Amino acid sequence: MDLSAYLTLAAIVFTIGIAGIILNHKNIIIILMSVELILLAVNINLVAFSTFAGDLTGQAFALFVLTVAAAEAAIGLAILVAYYRNRGSIAVEDINALKG
Amino acid sequence: MGAFALIGRFGGFGSRDAGNGVRGGDFQEAGDMAEAVFFWIFATILVGSAIAVIVARNPVHSVLFLILAFVCAAGLFMLMGAEFLAMILVVVYVGAVAVLFLFIVMLLDVDFARMKQGFVQYLPVGLLFSFVVGAELVWVVSGWAVSPKAAAAATPSGTISNTAALGLVLYTRYFYFFQAAGMILLTAMIGAIVITLQHKAGVKRQDIGAQVARTPETAVELRKVPSRVGI
Repeated sequence: MDLSAYLTLAAIVFTIGIAGIILNHKNIIIILMSVELILLAVNINLVAFSTFAGDLTGQAFALFVLTVAAAEAAIGLAILVAYYRNRGSIAVEDINALKG
Repeated sequence: MGAFALIGRFGGFGSRDAGNGVRGGDFQEAGDMAEAVFFWIFATILVGSAIAVIVARNPVHSVLFLILAFVCAAGLFMLMGAEFLAMILVVVYVGAVAVLFLFIVMLLDVDFARMKQGFVQYLPVGLLFSFVVGAELVWVVSGWAVSPKAAAAATPSGTISNTAALGLVLYTRYFYFFQAAGMILLTAMIGAIVITLQHKAGVKRQDIGAQVARTPETAVELRKVPSRVGI
């Protein structure tokens, strides 16, 4: 398979992630999962470029992206648990206490 | 796993440097075809499960489809010769992050049916927006190819494994990035603990300072007890 096949696949997965954020704008858990999908698409891109250019830098950076994604998921879910404990709800429309 | 090993040998890093004369043309062709077959299998399941993640009614199903998507992505990484990242994806993502999502979804008693309400209403906007973004991305990306000269210039030698090669890069050139990644994980761990920790009132806890500060004068009381009276 050539590079463009992997890049197209990553673009499709990235788009599905964005569509997930728009369509499930009330459910913050699905939004977090969509962010994970987007980061997965970015990783597929990095690894594809790394393989087809013969340079390991892309794989090293994919590893760092995985690290940051894991930290983001842990912190996001912890905030979710704390919020649910305080308010009894995690609906996005109810999270308006700051009145940005 | 036999098929993966076959793909790894024929379709991974090694097959890019065509013309090294060791491999026969039939092997090369069979390896390329097997790689294409596995690519289409993994890509189809990946896209299908990614769509299922965002349209599933039950968030538990979404998490399970997310796990399927990660496993398929690990298979694609394996096809591309990135074995270490494939294993990390399975171990860290399927083993830790996805299970964390599963815990949270099952732990929080939330009315998910109410959250699904705006789905149909936002469907045209979401589809239009994502179609535009996806079309632009595919348009930009689909014609991309690495120059054969660039690939030949920097191809790593096939003598060491992908994990060893990644380690050689990670612990030398990207050492500070590696340390920073460790610090990020430490910060995230402490942050998650601090956010979710709650002190309940009325629970007896060990106070080491008070324990150490005790002396015989404060802890022991001597009394003269009269006979047949008691205290």
